[in-house]
Amino acid sequence: MPPVSSNLKKLTQNEVDLIAKWIKQGAKFEKHWSFVPPRLWPLPPVKDKKWPKNEIDYFVLNKLEKYDLSPNPEADRERLLRRVCLDLTGLPPTLQMMDSFLANNSPKAYEKVVDELLKSPAYGEKMALHWLDVARFGDTYGYQNDNYRSQWPWRDWVIHAFNVDLSYDKFVTWQLAGDLMPNATKEQILATAFNRNHKITEEGGIIPEEYRVAYVTDRTNTFGKALLGITLECAHCHDHKYDPFSQKEYYQVFSFFNSVKESFEEQGGSQTYAKKPKMSITNDDVKNVLRFINKPDTDNLIVSVMGDSEVYRKTHILLRGDYNTYGDEVHPGTPKAILPFNDSYPQNRLGLARWLFDTANPLTARVFVNQMWQEIFGRGIVKTSADFGMQGGLPSHLELLDWLSVDFMRHGWDIKRLIRQMVMSATYRQSALMTPEKMKIDPEDVLLSRTSRSRLPAEIIRDVVLESSGLLVHSIGGPSVNPYQPAGLWESAGSSGSTFKDYKQSHGPNLYRRGIYTLVKKTVPPAAFAIFDASNRDQCEVNRSRTNTPLQALVMMNDPTVLEAARVLAAKLLEEKTGLNDKIFKAFRLIINRSPDQQELSILVSYYVQQQKIFDQRKAERVLNVGEYPIPSGMNKVELASMMEVVDAIYNLEEAITKS
Amino acid sequence: MEKNILEHHLNINRRRFLSRLSLGLGSVALGSLLMPKLFSRLGADDEPDFTPGIPNFAPKAKRVIYMFQDGAPSQLESFDYKPKLREMMGQELPPSVRGGQILTTMSAGQKSLPLAGSFYDFKQYGQSGAWISDLFPYTAKIVDDICIIRSMFTESFNHDPALTFFQTGATQGNRPCMGSWVSYGLGSDNKNLPTFTVLLSKGKGNGQGVYSKLWSNGFLDSIHQGVQLSNSESPVLYLNDPDGLDRLDRRRLLDKLAQLNEIDYKELGDPEIIAKMQQYEMAYRMQTAVPETLDISKESDDTIKMYGPDCLVPGTYAANCLLARKLSENGVRFVQLYHQGWDQHANLPQEMAGQAKDVDQASAALVTDLKQRGLLDETLVIWGGEFGRTNYSQGKLLKDNYGRDHHPRCFSIWMAGGGIKPGVVYGETDEFGYNIIKNKVHVHDFQATVLNQLGLDHTKLTFKNQGRRYRLTDVGGNVVRDILI
Repeated sequence: MPPVSSNLKKLTQNEVDLIAKWIKQGAKFEKHWSFVPPRLWPLPPVKDKKWPKNEIDYFVLNKLEKYDLSPNPEADRERLLRRVCLDLTGLPPTLQMMDSFLANNSPKAYEKVVDELLKSPAYGEKMALHWLDVARFGDTYGYQNDNYRSQWPWRDWVIHAFNVDLSYDKFVTWQLAGDLMPNATKEQILATAFNRNHKITEEGGIIPEEYRVAYVTDRTNTFGKALLGITLECAHCHDHKYDPFSQKEYYQVFSFFNSVKESFEEQGGSQTYAKKPKMSITNDDVKNVLRFINKPDTDNLIVSVMGDSEVYRKTHILLRGDYNTYGDEVHPGTPKAILPFNDSYPQNRLGLARWLFDTANPLTARVFVNQMWQEIFGRGIVKTSADFGMQGGLPSHLELLDWLSVDFMRHGWDIKRLIRQMVMSATYRQSALMTPEKMKIDPEDVLLSRTSRSRLPAEIIRDVVLESSGLLVHSIGGPSVNPYQPAGLWESAGSSGSTFKDYKQSHGPNLYRRGIYTLVKKTVPPAAFAIFDASNRDQCEVNRSRTNTPLQALVMMNDPTVLEAARVLAAKLLEEKTGLNDKIFKAFRLIINRSPDQQELSILVSYYVQQQKIFDQRKAERVLNVGEYPIPSGMNKVELASMMEVVDAIYNLEEAITKS
Repeated sequence: MEKNILEHHLNINRRRFLSRLSLGLGSVALGSLLMPKLFSRLGADDEPDFTPGIPNFAPKAKRVIYMFQDGAPSQLESFDYKPKLREMMGQELPPSVRGGQILTTMSAGQKSLPLAGSFYDFKQYGQSGAWISDLFPYTAKIVDDICIIRSMFTESFNHDPALTFFQTGATQGNRPCMGSWVSYGLGSDNKNLPTFTVLLSKGKGNGQGVYSKLWSNGFLDSIHQGVQLSNSESPVLYLNDPDGLDRLDRRRLLDKLAQLNEIDYKELGDPEIIAKMQQYEMAYRMQTAVPETLDISKESDDTIKMYGPDCLVPGTYAANCLLARKLSENGVRFVQLYHQGWDQHANLPQEMAGQAKDVDQASAALVTDLKQRGLLDETLVIWGGEFGRTNYSQGKLLKDNYGRDHHPRCFSIWMAGGGIKPGVVYGETDEFGYNIIKNKVHVHDFQATVLNQLGLDHTKLTFKNQGRRYRLTDVGGNVVRDILI
């Protein structure tokens, strides 16, 4: 029992009633749900036999029917196409895709689009975005000086891995233990950079062991949070207060990551920096085995990766988490409440990966399936996607989560297949209409009686703006880039010892790369992204918050990225031999991905007419003077500025940055 | 059973939805219309101890201005007078005083740890008779308005973790910083300005950088993020209208957006669409309100004179102090300043004089200015760095030149206004200025005290994340009652 001094309140009446009910029902004491392995539940019965399109829908509909709710009808085709394009590739559909989908009356039309999108290289980029948050990926070391490191080839690998549909067990095993695999390939070693993406200090006067321990701690906590969905970190200083993990077990997991042969010395120079253990990537590697790396033709490229020293480092419990206060010695192991460590596994990271992907492990599949559900549906079946423990939320659809998890494991941890299942479901295809009734009964759409609208992630907002304007450069991977950013952000914050404190903005094509390639300086992450809730990549993050603030409005109204895109698209439209209404109609379709209705169109047309009267040559020139992309010669500046304002207005619609 | 759990979920979700919406609106008015319970931001099945937006008890201070001296100014040349060090100049730090203390690797290798007395003289000032060094003549004049704490100590002696500790209550980890906690705890006090703003400046001394994680919302919603006001033409990021467009152009844009969004809302019924429009309106108001607030052209000559000529130079510490007053006066809850350059490992006498000159006059002016306007009582003003400096010289000790390494065991800060006793010197260190011998104040105690003055109980201001109710003060902290009025 918690002591009185803990100030925890008395039980609420609701809680008292619950306990009373439980006692009446026989007071059965069961294991916490997430520590019981998932079962392949039979599909539950449903009244409306026509609605379900796949297994997911049986579980969802069964619950809806219990609450006398009916699912929304399928979304209109335009919105559905936009939704699935954004979810699978992070890019809006092109006009051609829209036209061909709308013209295709075959019942297989949607399926065809889904399969095309899954094959698109942009799929890997979209999927990687979540994983970069999980892996706290950034282009700098974090901490005080926050100098550059060339960790980006690992990011290219992640994109590649999703695109070739590397199974989840391999995807994670390589990242955890690629270096320990028999005859490890360069690709497998590169994957282990996952566990070197954490922050590394370069501050003078530090005690190296204190930080070495901090890095091992970060890897351990990331392992718990990202892959097991548990708050293992709570047992860093003491036994876990709520979940059945002892401090000893924490350090048993810790010991797997404790033998890395780390050196704090900086390696490399000019364009490539890493710290040992590191790997080199040569031009030959890129020609042969690491073809997915978009490497500029330089000499060796180095990346910080994992590598254990020959001598196993003893691990002790660190009392109160203090790096130099030793308790008992511990040996590699895992929390028994989840699954005891099988003695036949090697006692290293490779063994840890095998334990993770043991089909008896109750968490691994569920946690990943839930993360993917969250990415697609906007909210996990377990809302606390990083905490499946006693303090976490309960699953809204336990049987569904279980079914998907078992199915995922039985089909070789195939990620694309899992994603396909989700987006092919009738549940996914519902419209976003919120009726007053549903608002009242289920405002957060826990029961999935509609599609939840959600504001797009920071990077995807950028992608939508660039792609719809035609500015987006579609090349994949390579060193991170520095797009427009308000002046002085790095410079006013950087330490005098940093070699990376002046923001050198990119030019040319590198101004128009996808958001995922924007350089992340961990201590001063990209400003517009931070305003839209992007992770600062300081630590593992599995679920971004989604806020709505005035600063976001300021970014959309005043960021040169948006203004330039509006100008460029306006110029393209004006160059076409079409009427005013057609041009605005097209702009709306490119950005919002549906046809505007008559009223919408006439509001925008009247805006154009209004602005055209207001702009004179001088004012128009000033308005157009944004961004580095050239303005085609010989254009009427007043018309161009007026059209730019119209396009800008469309970018500022709520719908433009929302998945609907 | 299952139905019960689900219903409870739905209930919580209704609340969460409304709370998100109300925060989104950035309006206290709507918030107060709702039952306090509706603010609940905690996880699944919690009845929170704490209701965001409402203090736990009557506050003494409504707002905070925190002038952070980044890099750690030496207490031995500012507020902690140690004549003994001058007497023993050049002699070894006695091992009994050091007591096995771990040193940073910057001076751990030194064969000798020669004691270094302050190059600058100290005198007593005011009714309180506090000792202040000659480097701070202006602060000396307000000594009866401030409370000097000479017995601060911390847990880390490297800049990054120590700064992080001061701001977030933990040396590692991506936790919310003090201003974000206050924003979360008390909400906004004005309609057109951010709740929590940050102003940066740099001295000529050795700079150790600041990091945006020091004004990060951590796991709180990003609405609680500190808004960095920059020295450039656009004081808030992305605030300025694009070149060529005026307020009327933007008004027309907003009017069109409102019409268009309204159509979408009618079709889909999602209240987020309305909330988005309200954010645009607030942004629009901010675009006028922020420059108006930051405009110093109407400040009186006396005020300008008081802060010193630097206050007319944008981006200086003095300019930031003046802006801090203006922001605070207009209802910004938490104004955070950082002034870099206090890391005097070497050339301390010279560098510290420069740093002190940067900040002394304006820091004192801010206190006086607030007092004259009758705002000091409700504004908590804080001045201080992240740790102290060693009593021995790092590197060679010369009569007129030496350096000091990082020292976590004791250092000095001062606080003023907001219900803090004026004219008090609190805590005491030993004659070597190495260990605290009376009234230790841990960083968590300091944080608990700041929250307390704002009417917030630091043990109740919690946010549940990753299965745990986090606090600014982690698992520690005691309010320093002795220094409260």
